[in-house]
Amino acid sequence: MAAISREEVAHLARLSRLAVTEEELDRFAGQLDVILQAVTRVGEVAAADIPPTSHSVPLTNILREDVVAPGLERDEALAGAPDTADGHVRERATGQARYFRVPRILDEEA
Amino acid sequence: MSTVALLNFDEVVARYEPVIGLETHVELGTRTKMFCGCPTDFGAEPNTQICPVCLGLPGSLPVANKAAIEATIRIGLALNCRIATWCRFARKNYFYPDMPKNFQISQYDEPLCVDGWLDIEVEGETVRVGIERVHLEEDTGKTLHIGGATGRIHGATESLVDYNRAGIPLVEIVTKPVPGTGALAPIVARIYVTEMRDLVRSLDVSDVRMEQGSLRCDVNTSLNRPGEPWGTRTETKNVNSLRSVERAVRAEMIRQANMLDAGERIIQETRHFHEDSGDTTSGRSKEEATDYRYFPEPDLVPLEPDTAWVDQLRANLPEPPRVHRRRLQEAWGLADKEMQAVLNAGAVQVIEATVAAGATPEGARKWWMGELARFANEQGIDLADVGVIPEQVAEVQRLVDDGKLNDKLARVVLEGILDGEGSPAEIMTARGLGVVSDTGALTKAVDEAIAGNPDIAAKIRDGKFEAAGVLIGAIMKATRGQADAKTVRELILARLSSSPPSSI
Repeated sequence: MAAISREEVAHLARLSRLAVTEEELDRFAGQLDVILQAVTRVGEVAAADIPPTSHSVPLTNILREDVVAPGLERDEALAGAPDTADGHVRERATGQARYFRVPRILDEEA
Repeated sequence: MSTVALLNFDEVVARYEPVIGLETHVELGTRTKMFCGCPTDFGAEPNTQICPVCLGLPGSLPVANKAAIEATIRIGLALNCRIATWCRFARKNYFYPDMPKNFQISQYDEPLCVDGWLDIEVEGETVRVGIERVHLEEDTGKTLHIGGATGRIHGATESLVDYNRAGIPLVEIVTKPVPGTGALAPIVARIYVTEMRDLVRSLDVSDVRMEQGSLRCDVNTSLNRPGEPWGTRTETKNVNSLRSVERAVRAEMIRQANMLDAGERIIQETRHFHEDSGDTTSGRSKEEATDYRYFPEPDLVPLEPDTAWVDQLRANLPEPPRVHRRRLQEAWGLADKEMQAVLNAGAVQVIEATVAAGATPEGARKWWMGELARFANEQGIDLADVGVIPEQVAEVQRLVDDGKLNDKLARVVLEGILDGEGSPAEIMTARGLGVVSDTGALTKAVDEAIAGNPDIAAKIRDGKFEAAGVLIGAIMKATRGQADAKTVRELILARLSSSPPSSI
């Protein structure tokens, strides 16, 4: 039995916003299945008293004090943005980049 | 869809039983963000409090803020929760530009605090609201939708994002379902959020201001017929004031009852509350079951709050608001019913602050529960937001005590403050208000009143001193309320009696 179905791979691709063709779905489903089958074998060895590993270093409580540290200047932060905007109404626009600008979020029909 | 309400609220609760649940979000008042050292000042210029960590730039790594962890544990302890001895953060994956990383660091199946309760007083009864969990996450950025109607995301052509808020520590407090409150459900919801606000404020971990978004509330509501299983719940968001919490539950109960009566089904969905109309509308037009692909956050190590740390935090918890209120009730000398009225009006803190500013408890209570409560009610706002501060009320009361204002004039001064005319002193000068106790100025008015009411004057001369009230009334009218009643009485009696009784 396959560890992951073609439909599950298609669902994951959609959640991850990845455009995947029909042929790619076939190929990735097969490849992912091989990987998951291998992981399943590890699961057969692990007994109930062995907790799943989420962190490879045996550390806890790494905390920082509540002290302000310098961040980025706005120009620096926005330099890497695909698009920026001033955000003022037209009459008061200065042309200065103040916001990150993103394309329409909802689809037209939404 | 039935949009016309056919059943009124009384009919709704006669036929259906509500179950409510509340999710409150508290933005912590730490100096820095949850996982980086960026400042958290409210109202800063957009995108000036950001860094590679909260922007999720490659190579950056988050480190948890100790003060935020402690604040969350303190909230959990104040809510009688069990504190986890070991827990992890979780990564919640989603695509929406309010988080630049395409995920939010939150907690999933291992919250920091679980299984507590909060007792609230509802119409003289104690209602215990179970707390399911208290967990810590990071807040999202603010989006500004351009091109649509009134800033809505629907119809917008683009959106602008300010990441100053992204990464500020946010505590989520989720109640267990609250059944069995019937017609009181909307009030229970409001009092719960009020109590939560007071509790968090007493811990000094957030300014919990609903109008600034540091306290936010989502309300879950479902209805079922008596004896039947609980119904499908909806989640109402955008509930931004204490008053709205009550209105939102009420509106949603009425809407659902009318749908159920019409044989329609309730869909599990997010709804938005509209402050202006008091209605809720469906929040998402199409939404598949959300799949956030949670997994343990690999960039943060687990938390392991040890007993000594938790005990120390527990030992330093302040007096709970309920105990504090009981103490105030005693200090103010109020009967249970009077204290309940103060609580219902949301006036405890403002009265306390007014007393702290020098007013007597009676004086402070009189103004907040009278003139100002009426104004708040008319405006549909919370008492704390009327625009008069406790120090000003104390000042007005001081002027009354000093004989510079009488109650009637004090009300005019308060109206002036509500209208934004400035301080009590400025308003008194600008409007020419002030009690006239200068006998020279009053004697003329007294003589005129005696001349105008010879029969009354005769009675007083005969020793019927109680008749003086008629003359005082006439003089108060003639001086537009500005005369000092005590001085007027003395003048009348001095004029009409050779030996006025000293006791009057």
